Amino acid sequence: MGNVIMADLARIPELLPSIIEMVAKVVFIFTMNMGVFAPLLGWVERKQSALMQDRIGANRADILGITAFGLLHTLTDAIKLLTKEDFIPRGADKPLHYLAPFIAVVPALIAFAVIPFGGQYVLWGHKTNLVIADLDVGILFVFAVASISTYGSVIAGWASNNNWSLLGGIRVGAQMLSYEVAMGLTLVGVFMVYGSLRMTDIGVAQENFFHWGIFLQPLGFILFITCALAENKRTPFDIPEAEAELVAGYFTEYSGLKFAMFWMAEFLEMVTISGVLVALFFGGWQIPFVTHEGLVKFFGFLGSNFAQVAVMVVHVTVFWVKVLGWIFLLMLIRWTLPRFRYDQVMELGWKIILPLALVNIFITGAVMLMVM
Amino acid sequence: MSEYQMDLHTEPMILNMGPSHPATHGTVRFLLKLDGEKILNCDTEIGYLHRAFEKHCEAGTWTQVFPYTDRLNYNSAVQNNVAYALAVEKLLGVEEKIPARATYIRTIVCELARMADHFTNLGAATLELGALTAFLYFVEARELTWDLLESIYGARLTSNYVRVGGLSSDLPEGFAEHVRKVFIKNREFWREFDKLLTKNRIFLDRMRDVGGISQEDAIAWGFTGPCLRSVGVEFDVRKTDPYLIYDQLDFDVPVGTTGDNFDKYLVRMEEIDQSMKIVEQCLGKLPKGPININDAAVRNPSKADVKTNIQSMIHHFKNTIEGINVPAGEIYVPTEGSNGEMGFYLVSVGGGKPWKCRVRPPCFAITQAMGDIVKGAFIADIIPTFDMINLIGGECDR
Amino acid sequence: MVELSERIKRLLPDAVLSAGSSLGQQYVVVRREAVVEAMRKLRDDETMLFNFMMDLTAVDYLGKRAHDARYEIVYHLYSLKHHHRIRVKVSVGADDPSLDSIVPVWKGADWFEREAWDLYGITFKGHPNLKRILLYEEFVGHPLRKDYPIKKRQPLIGPEN
Repeated sequence: MGNVIMADLARIPELLPSIIEMVAKVVFIFTMNMGVFAPLLGWVERKQSALMQDRIGANRADILGITAFGLLHTLTDAIKLLTKEDFIPRGADKPLHYLAPFIAVVPALIAFAVIPFGGQYVLWGHKTNLVIADLDVGILFVFAVASISTYGSVIAGWASNNNWSLLGGIRVGAQMLSYEVAMGLTLVGVFMVYGSLRMTDIGVAQENFFHWGIFLQPLGFILFITCALAENKRTPFDIPEAEAELVAGYFTEYSGLKFAMFWMAEFLEMVTISGVLVALFFGGWQIPFVTHEGLVKFFGFLGSNFAQVAVMVVHVTVFWVKVLGWIFLLMLIRWTLPRFRYDQVMELGWKIILPLALVNIFITGAVMLMVM
Repeated sequence: MSEYQMDLHTEPMILNMGPSHPATHGTVRFLLKLDGEKILNCDTEIGYLHRAFEKHCEAGTWTQVFPYTDRLNYNSAVQNNVAYALAVEKLLGVEEKIPARATYIRTIVCELARMADHFTNLGAATLELGALTAFLYFVEARELTWDLLESIYGARLTSNYVRVGGLSSDLPEGFAEHVRKVFIKNREFWREFDKLLTKNRIFLDRMRDVGGISQEDAIAWGFTGPCLRSVGVEFDVRKTDPYLIYDQLDFDVPVGTTGDNFDKYLVRMEEIDQSMKIVEQCLGKLPKGPININDAAVRNPSKADVKTNIQSMIHHFKNTIEGINVPAGEIYVPTEGSNGEMGFYLVSVGGGKPWKCRVRPPCFAITQAMGDIVKGAFIADIIPTFDMINLIGGECDR
Repeated sequence: MVELSERIKRLLPDAVLSAGSSLGQQYVVVRREAVVEAMRKLRDDETMLFNFMMDLTAVDYLGKRAHDARYEIVYHLYSLKHHHRIRVKVSVGADDPSLDSIVPVWKGADWFEREAWDLYGITFKGHPNLKRILLYEEFVGHPLRKDYPIKKRQPLIGPEN
């Protein structure tokens, strides 16, 4: 036993670069999500909706007269949510009431692990792959994890001992179930075209601009974005939390930090969805008409190692810009459309998207057979 | 029914919706009996905003009633002022002697208020359906309309503008120009709103075939206004019992067919447009002249007069302390409020105070049909249906 | 042209006690026992067709009229076809302020009658659900009666905590 540990310890110097790389990637993604997106999207949403609606938007919070375009509201929000009373209604199931927000927020965070935010680079002889976990089941992992977060909402609805929450919880369950089925099927076409579930493979395959998912799978793209909106539970699919009907749906009875966790989960899901969209349909980290080699050559004057670093920075930036673009679009949709009714959401999922997804698979298969 | 369904013990869920609920605005309570999301029964309870309107009116003089009427349908407050003033003037028998300019201005403010009311109503309905942007477009249109009203009487919400026998003030300088500018913007907002929603598939799905009612039922329940016109009954007090100068104006009364929420929406949209036309016509024909009746026993003489003329001073004193002396009698004056027929039924036994001051609230009659309309629908259908009924707590509960 | 109120009087000779017009508005006074029958006739008769029950309210004439005619129930009807309006008045006494409900004729009278009960204490016999509507169940008295003590305190209600 001791020898085994000693042997493992002995391998540390050899594994060190990999460990450092792994830690760096995790820290990077975690900072992006928790440090940048989760708090900032609240601000973006406020400002963006204000822009659409001819308003000024958040602009009051200030430190010594500096308002910083309303960015300080993020801070005040955080302080408010941290200091609010953590209210648990009488008759609620306390352990579950506590557990639910964690179940909701953690999967939203870890789902990003399989999304590549850059390609492969050789830095000082060490091969770096810019994805936290390059799983061969890739996207299936996202689905699997996302469906865990549904439990968070359902449990929250159940544990609150409130009829509105219960109705919201039931709606979440039904909506997520319906759309996960459809969402999985919409992506089958993508897997068929690229011949892989591994998201880095799909990313590499999109180096050619005309091989981007949106061109190879246009119908699949439209269906997927609809399902993704539904999974995200935002207008027009926000029936589980429809504030005009169900007060706030499954998180009616949540306050303070636990409420903030549901809020964060929603934003993180939006980031994840945008990430998946970009990785599968919008060329991931790739720039149209620019190949990896071409970019390396362009930065050749920096020397081979630094050229790789430069390319990496460019790719990562491109990826996040694309993600931001998608988040912006998702918000645009959220602020434009009214919401569906419960039965209409179900009908859309089962009667329209599901059959269309099956048709899409069939067409993809037929075209592939013909081309080959 | 299969066996497992029979053995399953289920019972309907009782859900208390309101008065503290985002959709009921604190003014109404629905006691719902639900089978899943389906409504088996809906009991409507009102009265949360009861402020003893009639009792207050009976305690003050005839003139002191005006501020109370502001708070009936507060979205179009000045219409209530006008309706009440018309009723009192009729009771006094001076309705022929009201100067033409005052009548025109009353028509203008009534129609501006109707626009503001419909803007608010339609905007709020979309807000509750989740389309916040469309809501803000109409709120901005309403704010611009309120700017116009504010320039006339200095208040945005509660007008207290009309007086028995005239008005408290004339139109401000350059009002017609201001109206022209605002209407250009309002029409723009109207078009934007129309583009965002009228052909929006989700909006159509939510509004169409929801909240419909038959003509017979609508009449039996006492529907009036846009809700009645949406079922295809062409009834508009402005046309059937013309008051003010509506008989000299050219405007259309839009009617729907099925009375579902989408029809109510379309009727209101069209009415906004018609109101803008009415205001423009009135401004085109606006006569010059006094805005108050030349009868010191009805309308207070001007301040300058009061300070120089003993006769005027006595009138001012008596009007203020004792109230206008209204001869005994009773009167019912129907007017077309934004929600439907708003009638004032006044009883005087002589003297300076009303014996009874009753208002017929249009949304009171319509709201009582709520339970019938939503029975068998989904919880989510309550939202557009209730919004399109346009219950105004101040008017319904008085 | 015979005035509308006169025509109604001829149509319902047993029910109408008097008819006339005041300030240009037509009214008829109907016997308390015959109100439902008269209303039904007014609604269905070809020459009348009053299909709208626009308004229903009560007036308290305390000190102005005799004790046995203290309250007056006032209905305003409107005919969509003939475009005419009529005011129907029914007197009830202070000792037994009650009359028959017209909900069977117009279901829209439901809340109006509840309101008249709530604020004036007029009992509408045969009303399906005659309870307070604008005020709360525990309220004592009927506030629009002229003898209601304005300064009176009402019992406190609400959950005890």
